[in-house]
Amino acid sequence: MTTAERETETTEVDPTRRVTLKINGKAYKQDVEPRKLLAYAIRDTGLKGTHVGCDSSACGCCVVVLDGDTPVKSCTMFAVQAEGREITTVEGLGQTGALHPLQQAFWDQHGLQCGYCTPGMLMTSYAMLQHHSDPTDQEVREFLGGNLCRCTGYNNIVKAVQQAAQVLRDDKVNQLANAATGGNA
Amino acid sequence: MTTTDKNYSMGKSMKRKEDPRFLTGQGNYVDDLVIPGMLSMAIVHSPYPHARIKGIDKTAALAVPGVKAVITGEDLVAASLGWLPTFHGFDKQMVLAVGKVLFQHQEVAAVFAETREAAMDAAELVDVDYEPLDPVSTPFESMKDETILRDDRENKTNHIFHWESGHQDETEAALAASEVIINEKVYSPRCHPSPLEPCGCVAQFDSMGRLHFHVTSQAPHVHRTAISIVTGIPEDKIHVISPDIGGGFGNKVPVYPGYVCAIVGALILKTPVKWIETRTENLTTTGFARDYHMDVTIGARADGTVTALKVKTVADHGAFDAAADPTQYPAGMFGVVTGSYDFPVAFTELDAYFTNKAPGGVAYRCSFRVTEASYAIERGMDLLAGELKMDPAELRKKNFVQKDEFPYKSALGFTYDSGDYEGTLDHAMKLIGYDDLRKEQAEKRSRGELMGIGLSTFTEVVGAGPSKHFDILGIKMFDSAEIRIHPTGSGIIRTGTKSQGQGHETTWAQIVAEELGLDPQNLLVEEGDTDTAPYGLGTYASRSTPVAGAALALAARRIREKARVFAAHLLEASVDDVEWVDHKFSIMGAPDKSVTMKEVAFAAYTNPGEGNEPGLEASLYYDPPNMTFPHGTYIAVVDVDAETGEVKVRRFLAVDDCGTVINPMIVEGQVHGGLTEGYAIAFMQEIPYDAQGNNMAPNLMEYLIPTAVESPIWETGSTVTPSPHHPIGAKGVGESPNVGSPAAFVNAVMDALSPLGVKHIDMPLTREKVWLAVQNAKAVAGD
Ligand code: FES
Ligand code: FES
Repeated sequence: MTTAERETETTEVDPTRRVTLKINGKAYKQDVEPRKLLAYAIRDTGLKGTHVGCDSSACGCCVVVLDGDTPVKSCTMFAVQAEGREITTVEGLGQTGALHPLQQAFWDQHGLQCGYCTPGMLMTSYAMLQHHSDPTDQEVREFLGGNLCRCTGYNNIVKAVQQAAQVLRDDKVNQLANAATGGNA
Repeated sequence: MTTTDKNYSMGKSMKRKEDPRFLTGQGNYVDDLVIPGMLSMAIVHSPYPHARIKGIDKTAALAVPGVKAVITGEDLVAASLGWLPTFHGFDKQMVLAVGKVLFQHQEVAAVFAETREAAMDAAELVDVDYEPLDPVSTPFESMKDETILRDDRENKTNHIFHWESGHQDETEAALAASEVIINEKVYSPRCHPSPLEPCGCVAQFDSMGRLHFHVTSQAPHVHRTAISIVTGIPEDKIHVISPDIGGGFGNKVPVYPGYVCAIVGALILKTPVKWIETRTENLTTTGFARDYHMDVTIGARADGTVTALKVKTVADHGAFDAAADPTQYPAGMFGVVTGSYDFPVAFTELDAYFTNKAPGGVAYRCSFRVTEASYAIERGMDLLAGELKMDPAELRKKNFVQKDEFPYKSALGFTYDSGDYEGTLDHAMKLIGYDDLRKEQAEKRSRGELMGIGLSTFTEVVGAGPSKHFDILGIKMFDSAEIRIHPTGSGIIRTGTKSQGQGHETTWAQIVAEELGLDPQNLLVEEGDTDTAPYGLGTYASRSTPVAGAALALAARRIREKARVFAAHLLEASVDDVEWVDHKFSIMGAPDKSVTMKEVAFAAYTNPGEGNEPGLEASLYYDPPNMTFPHGTYIAVVDVDAETGEVKVRRFLAVDDCGTVINPMIVEGQVHGGLTEGYAIAFMQEIPYDAQGNNMAPNLMEYLIPTAVESPIWETGSTVTPSPHHPIGAKGVGESPNVGSPAAFVNAVMDALSPLGVKHIDMPLTREKVWLAVQNAKAVAGD
């Protein structure tokens, strides 16, 4: 390739693409290179709860939920692939003072120590509970098989997920009862 | 009112104060810091384990859009920043390779660019001309001195040091006179702490020329001092901030070349620089652990009484002697290798060698080589039990240091503070139903099934440590506490330690709350900022509670003493008549006349009394008189499938004795975490190098960390033998499970395989290794 050709090529290819990431119900516009990983694009919006722990899609620190019920390792997906999808990150789960039952359960059951794996653990568990409201311990363990934790071992994490599952099931029953009785139950 | 009504009583499973921010994604990790104009740094790594650098061409890298600078070892040498002192103190380490590379992935150049992507692209374009040299990949090759690895050293040998402890002649004589002798070579493999947050930093100089250095550090004060020594920047011009840290396990103790390069980049480019490692960088270049080849010999009488212990070790320290061992203990606390047993005489010696592997042996969830020591002695005791055909529990009981023998001086010179080894073993055997398990095992064996029960009755040594023994870079290992109580009875607590998930924000508040009768919810804990925290040596080697925890209790007591003066003023009594009972001050003999600490705190600022110095704060430096010696009994029950080599851990019970427990929930959590890492060491996690010096586990696809699927379910129990010299009797626990459990797992598998005559397999006990051992044993037996 001649220098002239190379120059034409570099001027012709625009390395960035505009994407709109819909995270926790809010739209974020960003210019990204097509190779930019979703994990970094999310972090660049200022939402830092999604962590990066490896470069081999092995740790699960970066898990976010797509379209309400699908857990993905956001380091395994390009930002451009997330265009048009609903992304939920740990910040969308609940806030201090208004914790999601999963967050509350991890706190109650001492399901975290350094907290680095925790957002990924929460998001994977959240996605699982959309599909399995009453999982066995073994099912919880298998669903969390792509999320590593170096600090806690997994006993308390499993306990936390079970506590949250129970709370969410009870909530559902209460809601149903309320609906059926017009709130007079 | 009893104190147990109160939130402040120590020993309660108070939920962690720090958790809400982690649960909502509001943690504040180093990588979360973004400063406008900040550059990204990427490092160029050597593909060769051993090679001469003939030249480095930066041209292509500098041409990448957004790239601001590329620095090499030569550039650093020119600026007198080419070498870094190692924590061991006996050696120095290249910041970026100069002249030659000594291990695969060694740092060769650093690239600074506007984006992470540009920096990484450019790093690939730095053109390094290497001339490969033959690598030395084991210490056994290295000791031949055929290739001298470190030509920068005066000593033209690969031998780093020889260390010994105990009595050689007496030990040899006692071994010669022993009725039974066992000897086995056991290897504690090279592994890596691999916290999920990689190492990283942000370096920023302010307009006054002051360096603000955010870093993943377990020891921020020592990092400040080390950075000052390396760069020549006066220490007051360095502000180290260690924010939330995503696990450390020893990996975040050393100062790494990347930190120095980031500081240099920020200095020359006059703009902040961020460097966050990739996982591969973390696994291949930062502090590994273990790599001890140990030759264990135990002598005993025919009745099982041990007579002598000898352990010879060959240690692989990699390319630089950057092992995090205190200078006066070149092999760390390996001298605790006599374990829980009363050896009349013992001798241990160790030789360390350079190899073409990554440097920086760190205390990975253990205190300086105790894991290796514990593994050696606990395997040794089981081999002896096998030789004597004795139950391993019975053999241990016969040889335990007895509870009335403390303080106990071991044959290798450690003075153990307290313990009840037999009590803990009995408790564990009862909890797990030991006798029934042995019966079940006998039945299974009669059917040819392979079931194993493995014990580990370890003694840890933590709380580094007394300044007479311990230092890092010559800095003595005390720790510190500062407490300020505000007028309304809330307060702030600062220490020289730095939590990486251990829950200091909660436990420290509990200790102070207990001592002062205040609400732990209103005691804020702040660590990791060298501008505000008192100097301390940081958090590793389970030293926080034994050292800083003691400093906190004593500082709180100092505050109580001062508060007594205000209390006396409020009670209109003489100071001598005021006593501290039930978490409040009252007049002796008149318990109804009392004031709370909250009332006293208000008085300290509003009504201190004529002639009394106002205010309520104290700071204190604590140099412990001795280490603390937590202990425990761990029992593993496994089933081995002879056809596949698969080991199923059916049960695992850990009974720990870490002295006084501050927060049982946090202790149990640390035990769970440590056991999971112990399981990893026993069964999967290893950094092997091939004969060409290639790192064979450079990422988490090859470096196996257990997931929820294979991790066993942990059962726990406890006994409490307080440390007599610690102000609240606490001993430290975080690493005991990692130290004590590998031997229990291996002993269980060996117990299962014993009917086949298999005596020992080196960790990790992968399915393949177990299967091969079974096949070999069957072939030997002619099956
Ligand atoms: S960062 Fe490790 S799996 Fe995504
Ligand atoms: S809490 Fe530290 S990695 Fe899970």
